[in-house]
Amino acid sequence: MYQVLSPEGFAEEELDPRLLLSMYRDMVYARVLDRWLMRLQRMGKIGIHAPSEGQEAAGVGTAYALGENDWIFPLYRELPVFVARKVPISDIVNRNLSNRADPLKGRDFAVYGDIKYRIVPAPIPVAVHIPSAVGFALSLKYKKLSEVVINYFGDGATSKGDFHEALNFAGVFKAPIVFVCVNNQYAISVPVSRQTAVERLSVKAVAYGFEGVSVDGNDVVACYLAAKRAVEKARRGEGPTLIEAVTYRIGPHTTADDPSRYRDDEEVEMWRRRDPITRLRSHLLRRGLWSMDEDEKLWQTAEETIRKTIEECEKNPPLPPESILEDVYATPPWHLIEEREEFSQLR
Amino acid sequence: MATRELTYVEALNEALREEMRRDDSVIVFGEEVAAAGGVYKVTKDLLKEFGPKRVLDTPISEIAIVGAAIGAALNGLRPVAEIMFFDFVGIAFDQLVTHASKMRFMSGGQVKLPLVIRTQYSLGRSYGSQHTQFLAASLLQAPGLKIVAPATPYDAKGLLKSSIRDDDPVLFVESGALYVNRSYYGYRGPVPEEEYLIPLGKADVKRVGDDVTIVAVSRTVSEAMAAANQLEEKGVKAEVVDLRTIMPMDYETIINSVKKTNRLVVAEDSVKTGGISAEVASHVCEYAFEYLEAPIVRLNSPPMPAPQASELEKKYMVSAEKIVNAVTKLVK
Ligand SMILES: Cc1ncc(C[n+]2csc(CCOP(=O)(O)OP(=O)(O)O)c2C)c(N)n1
Repeated sequence: MYQVLSPEGFAEEELDPRLLLSMYRDMVYARVLDRWLMRLQRMGKIGIHAPSEGQEAAGVGTAYALGENDWIFPLYRELPVFVARKVPISDIVNRNLSNRADPLKGRDFAVYGDIKYRIVPAPIPVAVHIPSAVGFALSLKYKKLSEVVINYFGDGATSKGDFHEALNFAGVFKAPIVFVCVNNQYAISVPVSRQTAVERLSVKAVAYGFEGVSVDGNDVVACYLAAKRAVEKARRGEGPTLIEAVTYRIGPHTTADDPSRYRDDEEVEMWRRRDPITRLRSHLLRRGLWSMDEDEKLWQTAEETIRKTIEECEKNPPLPPESILEDVYATPPWHLIEEREEFSQLR
Repeated sequence: MATRELTYVEALNEALREEMRRDDSVIVFGEEVAAAGGVYKVTKDLLKEFGPKRVLDTPISEIAIVGAAIGAALNGLRPVAEIMFFDFVGIAFDQLVTHASKMRFMSGGQVKLPLVIRTQYSLGRSYGSQHTQFLAASLLQAPGLKIVAPATPYDAKGLLKSSIRDDDPVLFVESGALYVNRSYYGYRGPVPEEEYLIPLGKADVKRVGDDVTIVAVSRTVSEAMAAANQLEEKGVKAEVVDLRTIMPMDYETIINSVKKTNRLVVAEDSVKTGGISAEVASHVCEYAFEYLEAPIVRLNSPPMPAPQASELEKKYMVSAEKIVNAVTKLVK
């Protein structure tokens, strides 16, 4: 498994400090925002949340390998990717609050996406977006654009027919795409050993005729470098790569899940000791690029900024009820217009 | 307007060719569509004219074919993907129903999906239970999707061209029987030389009559036209309404016809339970009940798998004979 930063923060390859500090900031913001979303759900303000705590390196590291014109096909747990893409926190909060500023107009739970940031809204059905990510990548090639697609999914997705058909398709047509399988060890309660008999999910790429690599998903530098290679390869027209980012879901599957039913605290504690944010911080401290004072300030600022953003977002009015009937077809057919009339009579 | 006779297959092929000439963003892919020109020759010679970047043979992967069409459409192309048999659309049901048809809505209107999935069902060709299913009724439960099913060469061409230009996902259902059965009304017919389009969502009165309305779609339009000829000899004037687009359905044309004839037979190839005929019949009951002078008759395949042996299949499916019998009883 590819690793650059040791758990103690020693590095085989020393990256540009500015890049590291920027990734560190985004990981911290993603963590703080994630915790806020958990809290907002507990307060009854948002419906459901799929937490990303523990997976920040996998998301931020791989997303930093992208150019700003590259396209993201995320899963529902990709908050760190959205932060790395510099999506304003308010956009994500408005989405979760399903208010009038929600780019998805309250049409889906726990997912984010906005074409303006080249993020295609995440799906809920597992693996359903992998074939469309491949089709999108092939159309970039058809249009002779140098943009590439990055497509995120979980370990559970690798058991699906969609995964197989799409990766096979991508291999046959050399699609400019990077597949990132975020192996967080569980699909809800089911461990990865129940999804597959292989040791490393990256070996599946062999069957599709392209390269697969497993990286330490809690090592942001390894994630970044592996994704960078894969992105550059895709851009050169040399086809797809499957990256398995081996990490751990510290929190529950979603706010509706209680993980104590299927895993013990010791396991969680072991993974907490491999925390991706702590690891990058040790490295930064070791290189003299960061101090504990600065660190404290960063966490405080993140907390404050996000709290204030949420307060602001909560002032947005709710979605207008008529909006429910919009956007089914380009032009509403008669039978939907009829519903609209009936709907307007409801209070 | 200059007109010549084309077969159903030739008309479809011409539609694809014209749209590909007109717009570079139209691409065609699926199993056997490129080198072979389609197992039923609908995509014949497209590879020769448009080259391997726009006409692609794919792996046998129905999920990926529909999924790739979604992705390409998201990025502004107008893909026309083929699923060889309607039966296999089931494999990609999730992509079509849970993904494509809901994307415009779930994205808050941010995206459009101008894609066409072409497919065909081969009831009437003695192809057995797994190549003959007409599953359009099950897809009525996928708002956001349009379903088109032409019954003549003229409609096939005009509707396919409109489907390709449409900004919503369209499932375009062809009839395998109309590809090959020369005795069918819809096998060959007049098609203008000049370009024309037929709007989606509009039914067509294929034959005018006052005594009874026969609503049909796809293959059964040919059966209904044959039945109407036979009924004429008996002095019964049947009006044949071809749905052409199943979703969104042109209820207005159906209702107007029923208001005139006061009798309705719906003849179509779904199995009867929950078929398209059920939707048509219940709509007429809801909006034109007082105009009906007799109970609605629904003619469908029986709710069981199709047999393969051709003599049995003939008895199984909706036929002109069955329509004539039903109408005769109805107008007595
Ligand atoms: C096709 C499908 N089957 C079942 C589910 C229910 N489900 C929701 S999330 C999930 C687990 C997914 O696990 P994984 O792909 O590893 O991603 P993770 O949630 O761990 O990030 C399941 C089974 C679903 N959404 N879609």
